[in-house]
Amino acid sequence: MDMNQYLEVFVDESREHLQAINEYMLKLENNPSDIAIINDIFRSAHTLKGMSASMGYEDLASLTHQMENVLDAIRQEKIAVKGHTVDALFESVDHLEAMVESIIAGGDGKRDVKDIVQILNLIEKGEDPDSDSASSTPQTGSGNSGLDEFQKSILQQSVDQGLNAFTVKVTLESTCMLKAARVYMVFEVIEKISEVVHSSPAVSDLEEEKFDQDFTVTLITELKAEEVQTKIGKVSEVETVIVTPFSTTKEDIETTQEAAAAVETDKPIEKKPEKEPAETKNAKAAANNKTMRVNINRLDSLMNLFEELVIDRGRLEALAKEIDNGSLTDTVEHISRLTSDLQDSLMTLRMVQIDTVFNRFPRMIRSLSKDLGKKIDFNVTGGETELDRTVIDEIGDPLVHLLRNSVDHGIEMPENRSEAGKPEVGTISLTAYHSGNHIYIDIEDDGGGINREKVLKKAIENNIVDEAMAEKLSDNEVYQLLFASGFSTADTVSDISGRGVGLDVVKSKIESLGGHIHVTSKPGYGSKFAIQLPLTLSILPVMLVTIGHETYAIPLSNIVESIIIPKEDVMKAHNQLVIDFRGKVVPLVSMKDVLEVESAGEEKDNFSIVVVRKGDQMAALIVDRFISQQEVVLKPLGDYLTNVFAISGATILGDGKVSLILDCNDLIK
Amino acid sequence: MSEVKTVETEMKAIVFQLKDEEYGVDVHQVRSIERLQEITRVPRTPSFVKGVINLRGIVTPIIDLRSRFDIEETEPTDETRIIIVNANDLEVGMIVDSANDVIDVPANAVEQAPKVVGGIDAEYLDGVAKLEKRLLILLNLDKVLNPEEIIALRQFKEKGE
Repeated sequence: MDMNQYLEVFVDESREHLQAINEYMLKLENNPSDIAIINDIFRSAHTLKGMSASMGYEDLASLTHQMENVLDAIRQEKIAVKGHTVDALFESVDHLEAMVESIIAGGDGKRDVKDIVQILNLIEKGEDPDSDSASSTPQTGSGNSGLDEFQKSILQQSVDQGLNAFTVKVTLESTCMLKAARVYMVFEVIEKISEVVHSSPAVSDLEEEKFDQDFTVTLITELKAEEVQTKIGKVSEVETVIVTPFSTTKEDIETTQEAAAAVETDKPIEKKPEKEPAETKNAKAAANNKTMRVNINRLDSLMNLFEELVIDRGRLEALAKEIDNGSLTDTVEHISRLTSDLQDSLMTLRMVQIDTVFNRFPRMIRSLSKDLGKKIDFNVTGGETELDRTVIDEIGDPLVHLLRNSVDHGIEMPENRSEAGKPEVGTISLTAYHSGNHIYIDIEDDGGGINREKVLKKAIENNIVDEAMAEKLSDNEVYQLLFASGFSTADTVSDISGRGVGLDVVKSKIESLGGHIHVTSKPGYGSKFAIQLPLTLSILPVMLVTIGHETYAIPLSNIVESIIIPKEDVMKAHNQLVIDFRGKVVPLVSMKDVLEVESAGEEKDNFSIVVVRKGDQMAALIVDRFISQQEVVLKPLGDYLTNVFAISGATILGDGKVSLILDCNDLIK
Repeated sequence: MSEVKTVETEMKAIVFQLKDEEYGVDVHQVRSIERLQEITRVPRTPSFVKGVINLRGIVTPIIDLRSRFDIEETEPTDETRIIIVNANDLEVGMIVDSANDVIDVPANAVEQAPKVVGGIDAEYLDGVAKLEKRLLILLNLDKVLNPEEIIALRQFKEKGE
């Protein structure tokens, strides 16, 4: 069978289930006695096992299987959840993730899981020394005994529920020719009257006639032993049928059995435990809206088409104005409205909940704080906030870096915290929210805050500032030094937050996404990194201006105000032309000079000025004329022209001409 | 990189003119040939970068090959063309005097380029093809369109200022 067509689904779903297991396990750690959580984990693990077994990933299946056993033991309150249980489960998930990653990378998903299986085994047994239940029978990882723990517990449960569990030994006549066909018929009968828990040899082997004359099936049924015997005996060429009640001490089953076979055979029993999850799943599905998976490339190509449409819309609008025909104008207006509605729905299509990025962080914080011996309470809020997929794809790494930074440098060691009169457990909160055309992500810790002296010392050592200047810097300016390249204040270089290549990369990444990052801190009380990001990258509102004969676009998000001021209001300070803008002194920048535009004739008595902003700083850009506000599609200049000063990209206007988009970050220094 | 690239048996080349010489580029590297259209200047780029055009919805950078090779620039004529090429995964348009021919270049006709041909350093050439009556200079587009060079030029300029 060609598995490739299922591989994508398998990978997607495995990831989802692993993520779910991760989340539930973090919850479990806080509420070790909550059986509902165990059930959730069990369900995910179980589905994962079924999927990987049917895809032929045996190691994946056998490890999930062992996890199931432990979970089941917890569920039945045979063992209690302890620290090392959760650790072992987490480790198993790590292995599972590694295997899934290997499969994604085109590998076979094989991995040596003997050690962890052994540990899980020990946990399962070590915590359950009583011998009154099926699960107490020793079992080794390689699956030497015919029934594994899970199957035994299923059998035990059925017996407890008043069903009958039998071991049926079927011997075929020695003259039987088509043994596989007989086996098939026998199984048809058996499956009608019972649930097969186990078969030895495995069903797959039986189908390939890899057995002598007899085989053994363990099953659960409502019927009595004699009934089972006669029903099976009716199949021709069956010599004898021996039905014995199943008991946990009975181990007369054939022993050679591969782990894969174990997985193969317990498929039928999935029916039973899955009833419950299936129901809850349906309930969930009903509660949510119906969804379908769409390949991202298709969405991207849809978006590209739409961008073309936006350009043509601009062209149509320009033409309609020129021709000035009533019904044409009406139609064009209608098309404009439609396209903006279309844009809104397209945007929402591409929106992804930031949860997809956030959900891997609790795990990360947990293991980091364990490694460092710190106690950290991690709060995530606003995971449902939605962001354009292009931004989501890029924002993960910077956030990882900032969080690691908070764990490593922000939160102090427990003993230092108690000395400072703070609770031993530090808090890091990750918050996302939506406001206006932006998404805000805040990372806040209640650690030691940023040490001004230490930052300055480092900055001076690394020649980022000189001593004379350092004195004059405000606290806020000092904190921004953290984002300078070649900076790290941790006393020792650690694995956790790198070697000083960190925060400057974070900053440039965020700026490349059209966002800003800002840090505030209160010594002794913690620090806060605030990130502001645009909702989407590809379509942005701009103001079109002319400079000389050229048309440029300035992103509205940068613009504070556009004003016209008389020439005499321009002042001079330190050899720099400035204006008084609402009580603030703002430097004037002649765009003609910056962009090397050929001067277009006469001097005017007034300046047309666009006041732009970057963080707290402002600049007043002198342009020749304001044209209009418009939504444009951001197009890259291409790899040939990289890092052009003051230009962040280009756009195609309604008349088909290319206009450049100004990068205000370059203009404000 | 000055040695002749071994060309398999035969290649098809797009022929274009620059001043008095004929040049060739591998047809596989040519996306299309366009008439000259309005170019949006991109400030603070080397003088041979003329700007960008709207090529069916894609913003494409344009360079002037004359200026690239320090040949004196002329006013565009009706014959002036933009050859859109793809090299180093970059799509770039090159302004040439005219482009009107596709010819087969047999491998054995290609010789190593002398140090300087038509004012162009051999570094930018794949070789020279001698065909019956014509001489075809084969450009090495990967070299000609190396973006590193723009950066180097810019730094040079900034230092000079």
